[in-house]
Amino acid sequence: MNFDFTPEQLAIKKMISEFADSEVKPYAAEFDQECKFPVEPIKKLSKLGVMGMSIPEKYGGAELDNISQTIIMDELSRVCASTSVTMGAHVSLCCFPLINYGTEDQKKKFLPKLASGEYLGAFALTEPAAGSDAVNVQTTAIRDGDEYIINGNKIFITNGGKADLVNFVATTDKGKKHNGLSIFTIETKDLKGFSLGKKEDKLGLRGSNTQELIFQDMSVPKENLVGGIEGKGFKISMGVFNSGRIGIGVQGVGIAQGAFDECIKYVQEREQFGRKLHKFQAIQFMLSEMATKIDAARLLCLRAADLKDKGRNYIKAAAMAKYYGSDVAMEVTRQAIQIHGGYGYMKDYPLERFYRDAKITEIYEGTTEVQKLVVAMALMGKTIG
Amino acid sequence: MNIIVCIKQVPDTNEVKIDPKTGTLIREGVPTIMNHDDKHALIEAVKIKNKVGGKITVLSMGPPQAQEVLREALALGADDAVLISDRAFAGSDTWATSNAIGSAIKAIGDYDLLLFGRQAIDGDTAQVGPQTAEFLGVPQITYAQKIEVEEGKIKVERQMEDGYEVIECKLPCLVTCISEINEIEYPSLRGIKQAHREKEVNVMSAEDIKVDKSLIGLLNSPTSVHKSFTPSAKGQGQILKGSAKEVAKKVVSLLKEKELMGAF
Amino acid sequence: MVKVKISINCPESQLNLGGIVLMRGNDFEDVPDMPEIKQAIDNGYLEVLKEEKKDEVKGVKEGEEVVVFAEQRDGKISRVVFELLGKAQELAAKLNVKTAAILFTDKDNGLSKELIAYGADKVYLFENDLLKNYQTDLYTKVISEHLNNINAQVVIYGATHIGRDIGPRVAQRITTGLTADCTGLDITEEGLLLQTRPAFGGNLMAQILCKKHKPQMSTARPGVFKMLEKDESRVGEIVNVDVNVSEADQKVKILDIIKGVKKKVNLDGAEIIVSGGRGLGKQEGFKLIEELASLLGAEIGASRATVDSGWIDKDHQVGQTGKTVRPKLYIAIGISGAIQHKAGMQDSDLIIAINKDASAPIFEVADYGIVGDLFKVVPELIEQLKQ
Repeated sequence: MNFDFTPEQLAIKKMISEFADSEVKPYAAEFDQECKFPVEPIKKLSKLGVMGMSIPEKYGGAELDNISQTIIMDELSRVCASTSVTMGAHVSLCCFPLINYGTEDQKKKFLPKLASGEYLGAFALTEPAAGSDAVNVQTTAIRDGDEYIINGNKIFITNGGKADLVNFVATTDKGKKHNGLSIFTIETKDLKGFSLGKKEDKLGLRGSNTQELIFQDMSVPKENLVGGIEGKGFKISMGVFNSGRIGIGVQGVGIAQGAFDECIKYVQEREQFGRKLHKFQAIQFMLSEMATKIDAARLLCLRAADLKDKGRNYIKAAAMAKYYGSDVAMEVTRQAIQIHGGYGYMKDYPLERFYRDAKITEIYEGTTEVQKLVVAMALMGKTIG
Repeated sequence: MNIIVCIKQVPDTNEVKIDPKTGTLIREGVPTIMNHDDKHALIEAVKIKNKVGGKITVLSMGPPQAQEVLREALALGADDAVLISDRAFAGSDTWATSNAIGSAIKAIGDYDLLLFGRQAIDGDTAQVGPQTAEFLGVPQITYAQKIEVEEGKIKVERQMEDGYEVIECKLPCLVTCISEINEIEYPSLRGIKQAHREKEVNVMSAEDIKVDKSLIGLLNSPTSVHKSFTPSAKGQGQILKGSAKEVAKKVVSLLKEKELMGAF
Repeated sequence: MVKVKISINCPESQLNLGGIVLMRGNDFEDVPDMPEIKQAIDNGYLEVLKEEKKDEVKGVKEGEEVVVFAEQRDGKISRVVFELLGKAQELAAKLNVKTAAILFTDKDNGLSKELIAYGADKVYLFENDLLKNYQTDLYTKVISEHLNNINAQVVIYGATHIGRDIGPRVAQRITTGLTADCTGLDITEEGLLLQTRPAFGGNLMAQILCKKHKPQMSTARPGVFKMLEKDESRVGEIVNVDVNVSEADQKVKILDIIKGVKKKVNLDGAEIIVSGGRGLGKQEGFKLIEELASLLGAEIGASRATVDSGWIDKDHQVGQTGKTVRPKLYIAIGISGAIQHKAGMQDSDLIIAINKDASAPIFEVADYGIVGDLFKVVPELIEQLKQ
């Protein structure tokens, strides 16, 4: 059991950490306060190959191992969760179906553009009636000659309003329930029948674009059915979420780390009652607890990534990583504001942003409740049905 | 074009702290980085290589751990990396260092262009570049803020306090670069993978580079450190009293005394 | 007992004679008169050096000088040269020698007299069209040859772009020590030049000695040493030196010299920063900052509040989420000094703060504080600087 990163992983960590501090952190508050999409960071991340980090080298990607991908998500989330989720939705959610289930033609056609960042991607499953109950997708895909006609709408889609390419879930056979779902790829530019709906105004991740997609008699060529076989949609979606789960867990860890780092600085500068804050035992205890929890959460994420790298079953590990990581994010950001006292509540300091950003990690890509079900099933020897 | 870029691993002097009890520098736990000016020089080399083709060799003198920055340099686009590391170099001042670096450059072989960062943030001397140029007998252009490559020669904008000069020089020559020459770049993921999986750091001793041992090391360095101490910390300041006119007068005379009134 | 060094005729760069190790480039005093040593001397491998007579005479040692390189641009001597002449006088007095200046120019036009008025006992005047503007190769050749011909104890250059270009080249050519960017120069009890300079990004001061080589050379920071009062009645010697260069000695071509170009915002390298905060009231408040900055040749800094309010570009932001700066002078105007701003500038050499609130945290790091209305103080400052 080796708890050290390899020299290559350390070099990646160093690079992305410096990048995050210099190119993202100075703008994080602005992205949040003005609901500004992180255009420049995403452009620069593309140039570094990060947007293609999950894509195999033969399609132009960086083909990083999962531990390295986890490191990158960790460091970016530490400074700006809006940027990290924009990257994460593209890398983990959107790219997954094509990488793992796409036909060779589909991979050749779409992956290089996703790898280079020329295309920003999104993954669209959620609907008004289909949240945790993913099977309850109402969007229909009716075969008509060489095309499918799509009707329906998707809500709360990360990158939805900015995506050049969307992989979405539709039902091709309502009768077959979860065996009747399929995933399709669309290129959104000048796409007839595709339009954008409501852009969400959120509590946190305010720089990330979350928007409704509307499909109205939208026609999609049959070549764009991911994998070429109908009915695989549910399985692929579960794969998307199991895999993306680690990323969200470590997003929570990163947010917690960012908040914690602020505390370490603050308690060495702030003085009350004639002493610096870090001399008070109450503060020391709080910091110890926060540090331990962050460490534990991070290790869970890395363990899940390691299992995934080894090709072993990582479903339970990923679910644990996600629910614990989001738990820790909530706890640590709350304590971090508390340590800063009144200053923590003010927008001059980033703590309130970390606190608001943390909440969504308990909800999206499978709520904490769903994660606990997954773990329980695994404990009882079943997989989620 | 064959370019050799000289880089140095330095402690991050922005992170250096003073021990309040002893008043000395706390050097443990200070992160090490590639010197900023050197990184800019390397990035410039990569830009030139992308334009006209060629090979970049990155060179450093230091302890074995300096391999880290050479690895980083490979990730940024250098093709080969050489570390000259030997106890015999220890304690070298800039003269001795330039002799070692110059000998290493000779050992590496053919070169068209030698790029150095202007100044290292630990020594702060800006002397090794020019002294190496003299050792090798090549022309030097310092404070380069822009480099244009043409057939067999380069055109360089050399920054002065009040403007700049445009200088043309035949190759081979040595240029020291300032940070304004280009924007900082980060090694790409592909670059990092290549640096760790496909490229090598070549470690050479004083023997290997055939440097005259009487030109290197602590005992042969013309200058030596007699003593070092930390500058006094900032104490409580004083409040200047008086009318606007009076305090303004005080400030102006203060600035005059400290000669902080700007240009030359 | 003899004093020896390895001679040019010796094929080795290192000799081990009866257990004594001698290395080329160094002088070895008090070497015992052993057979091995005698043999080496007879072979011509060792050169016997004459013992220097200790000067009993208290009078001025002729020929040894404290020399200042009189950097000249566009027919004007750079200000730092006069500062260094002041210091040179002080050092020369302690060493019991005279001061001298080395002046390169196409036409003297009274520059030599000016150098004498500011403290040069002698001016080595090199008049030649080729020396009109600084050029590395020509200047290096001439200075090096000259230093080999005279017996300078010390040579000081201003730590300017020119000084830091020429100094190291000359030091390597004539094989001697050079210390960069000195902020202190003194003479030790042994009569050596004690050179004090900042290192580690200014976190450490180092004192350097050049024990065995002459001349001891330094580049010295402008704005540190004091000029003497200009005294036109001072007497000095002007020595015209033959200039031995041709165009062929010049290895580069200077195509153009462009002056007065405004560089882009460079807080990192700025020596002086004038910074504005929320106390300015609105965007137009920065006009005052701009005027003051331009008079001082300073860069403009800003607090986060002003950047967030859109009064100024983020490129100017100083602080935790902006830039960390360490200029020689930081003037904080209308800035309260929140922790995140202080973190970005508290290591500046000299901090002057202007704020109407006496309890503003900025005064905790300021060397000089002014509690007052910036709209009254800053215009006054501008007025007086203009004079």
